Amino acid sequence: MTAALRAEWTKLRTSPGTTWLLLAVVALTVAVSAAAAASARCPAAGCGQDPGKISLTGVDLGQAAVAIAAVLAVSTEYSTGMIRTTLAAMPGRVTVLAAKTAVVAALILGAGALAAGGSLLAGWLILPGHGFTRAHGFAPLTLADGAVLRATAGSVLYLALIALLSLGAATAVRDSAVAIGLVLGVLYLLPIVAGVIHNATAQRHLLQAAPMTAGLDIQATTGLRSLPLTPWQGLGVLAAWAAGALLAGGLLLRFRDAG
Amino acid sequence: MTATQAPPQHSAVAERDSFACTLRAEWTKFRTVRGWVIGLTVAALVTVLVGLLSAAGSMSSCNGRPCHFRYPVGPGGEAVTDTFYFVHRPLVGNGTITAQVTSLTGLLPTATSGRVRAGQSPQSGMRPGLEPWSKGGLIVKANTTQGSAYAAVMVTGGHGVRMQYDYTQDIAGPPGRPTPASPRWLRLTRAGDMITGYASTDGTHWTEVGTATLPGLPATVQVGLFATSPALTVTTAQGLLGTSGTGGPTLASTAFGQVRLRGAAPAAWTGTQLGTGTVDVAPAMAGGYHQAGDTFRVTGSGDIAPDAPGGAGPGQPLDHTLVGAFAGLIAVVVVATMFVTAEYRRGLIRTTFTASPRRGQVLAAKAIVIAAVSFAAGLVAAAIAIPLNSHVLRANGNYLYPANLLTVARIAAGTAGLLAVAAVLALALGAMLRRSAIAITVVVVAIILPFLVAVTNLLSPGADDWLMRLVPAAGFAVQQAIPNYPQVSNACTVASGCYPLAPWAGFAVLCAWAAAALALAVFLVRRRDA
Repeated sequence: MTAALRAEWTKLRTSPGTTWLLLAVVALTVAVSAAAAASARCPAAGCGQDPGKISLTGVDLGQAAVAIAAVLAVSTEYSTGMIRTTLAAMPGRVTVLAAKTAVVAALILGAGALAAGGSLLAGWLILPGHGFTRAHGFAPLTLADGAVLRATAGSVLYLALIALLSLGAATAVRDSAVAIGLVLGVLYLLPIVAGVIHNATAQRHLLQAAPMTAGLDIQATTGLRSLPLTPWQGLGVLAAWAAGALLAGGLLLRFRDAG
Repeated sequence: MTATQAPPQHSAVAERDSFACTLRAEWTKFRTVRGWVIGLTVAALVTVLVGLLSAAGSMSSCNGRPCHFRYPVGPGGEAVTDTFYFVHRPLVGNGTITAQVTSLTGLLPTATSGRVRAGQSPQSGMRPGLEPWSKGGLIVKANTTQGSAYAAVMVTGGHGVRMQYDYTQDIAGPPGRPTPASPRWLRLTRAGDMITGYASTDGTHWTEVGTATLPGLPATVQVGLFATSPALTVTTAQGLLGTSGTGGPTLASTAFGQVRLRGAAPAAWTGTQLGTGTVDVAPAMAGGYHQAGDTFRVTGSGDIAPDAPGGAGPGQPLDHTLVGAFAGLIAVVVVATMFVTAEYRRGLIRTTFTASPRRGQVLAAKAIVIAAVSFAAGLVAAAIAIPLNSHVLRANGNYLYPANLLTVARIAAGTAGLLAVAAVLALALGAMLRRSAIAITVVVVAIILPFLVAVTNLLSPGADDWLMRLVPAAGFAVQQAIPNYPQVSNACTVASGCYPLAPWAGFAVLCAWAAAALALAVFLVRRRDA
């Protein structure tokens, strides 16, 4: 396993796009979070806004870069034929997938920590100037606050789980274009469909089941009662999606010819 | 004599032939790759199916059974609200009504109103205040049926004097609200099908506010005073899919003096409450009137306006049948990107450029082929999805706003165009970036994410509007079924199907992005090694 981990780490470290994609994860997340914080306004107490969620908005976009990184980690092996070399060197296919998963997850956890930390910092700097003050009932955004810590750490875990979901999907379909289409479809489409369903029960169920909306429940720091799921349940739903995708990918990799 | 052969000329005809060949080559490539044909079929299928699922999940129930709402329909075929208190007299032929308006006051709901206990008046617990579109004034109406033609000149809570007619038309008059110290005079004159509205601050110097033509207005019409006030719309923008709901009905009370009706035989005034019955879906309260000589006080609740999504009613716009277009769009973007990146990956691009060295032409041919097939897939999908999903929505008790044939055609063709232009954008990005995963993500993020951000209230409303004007997502405006009516107090947001740009203007924004991307792609493909 150590050899497999090291091999995957070397492959990922030396492929040209990895660094850029990880930088993109951090830059896009922090930039969008800062923009969301800059556009937020809380004119009076009881404005019903969630400063924790606002300052982590960039995760919505950052996850797209995470998905690309994870999909490419698998699909470039197939598009270049490298997969045959990989599997010849390490015939234990599940080991290969596990090693790849571990390396990608570790990289995304690192990039995600920078992204979420930077976003929180931006929110901490910007939001008090826009009415999110003690006078309006908002404590400063710091990790000492349990809910803010959960939202921030949860966002890092969210990004890592998105990476696992994408990795599993890419292993199952092997083609980067189809894999990224599937992942982005599952992430972005379900909330839009939920938005037009005129039925409170069906809408709530869809929001509970969709990986993006359920997973992002972890970002809530206020109004937890009105959430369709509790924050950790929500992240659990995303974890189930990721596990399902990895399982499907693992089974197909195990029993199918490597293309 | 020796004939010298002229060197082959690069004529325009030859160029056209070579482009036709390139086009045919690209079409052959497309149709012989099974995965791409399947991909486009999937695009059409998911466009229908996702919309079908969402329609099947949308259920409105009234007492455990599907509701069957009926809205009045205005002269233009649109769903309207026509609920107000009307104090009227018949007028045969031409005539003029004039009145002084001395005040417009109202009541707004509070957190406790609406929960009325037995023995209490429905107005208990309400607080004084006016909805900006509370209105009272003079009206000429074909008859007292809801949805009939009318023209009215009125004072409003926050928008000055207005002349409105046939529900969708609104003309601004002088600003300000009447008070007993500074009353307003209003006048309506009927001459055939023409109704002219005037306003004055002293009863002698009149300004014309506007003229309405009401085709086919009967000889005998009802003329009189009215008051109405739309339900308060409260937008709660908290969390994902924050929704707008009504804050309850409001009430407007208008005081009239020196009411004169010229041209009509003497008759008593009749008070009629229009709407607030069982067929009415917007919350409204019963009105009434009090007369003393030629002074009147008329109290009413409701609205005389087109019905629009995001307001009080539960109706859904027709574009909800095409929510699957988002899914179809992703499939089309995937295929369009692969249409060019696969050539780079397999090295076929070198063969392609050897066979047709004009690289710009190759890209243009690819763009035409992918746009044409995407348009066809989108049109087929829309032609199935609109009637099928409308049927399912109606069967589930949902009210779909009526749309005329031209609007339906624009939405169907616009959706197909949306897929076609998105495909060209994806193709251009694929040629630029040569990496399908990144190209697809950029397109999906540019077209779908802003929409998602807007419907989930992540940004402030002003920021949403700017986002939806600038990014390629603006193209979804082409699906907007109900126009934005500034004279309606509804929450006009992207979530309720309102876009900041007009349908074709939004589509033009998307086209501009695609054209710019294609131009840059041609530039790069020409300069770079294949």
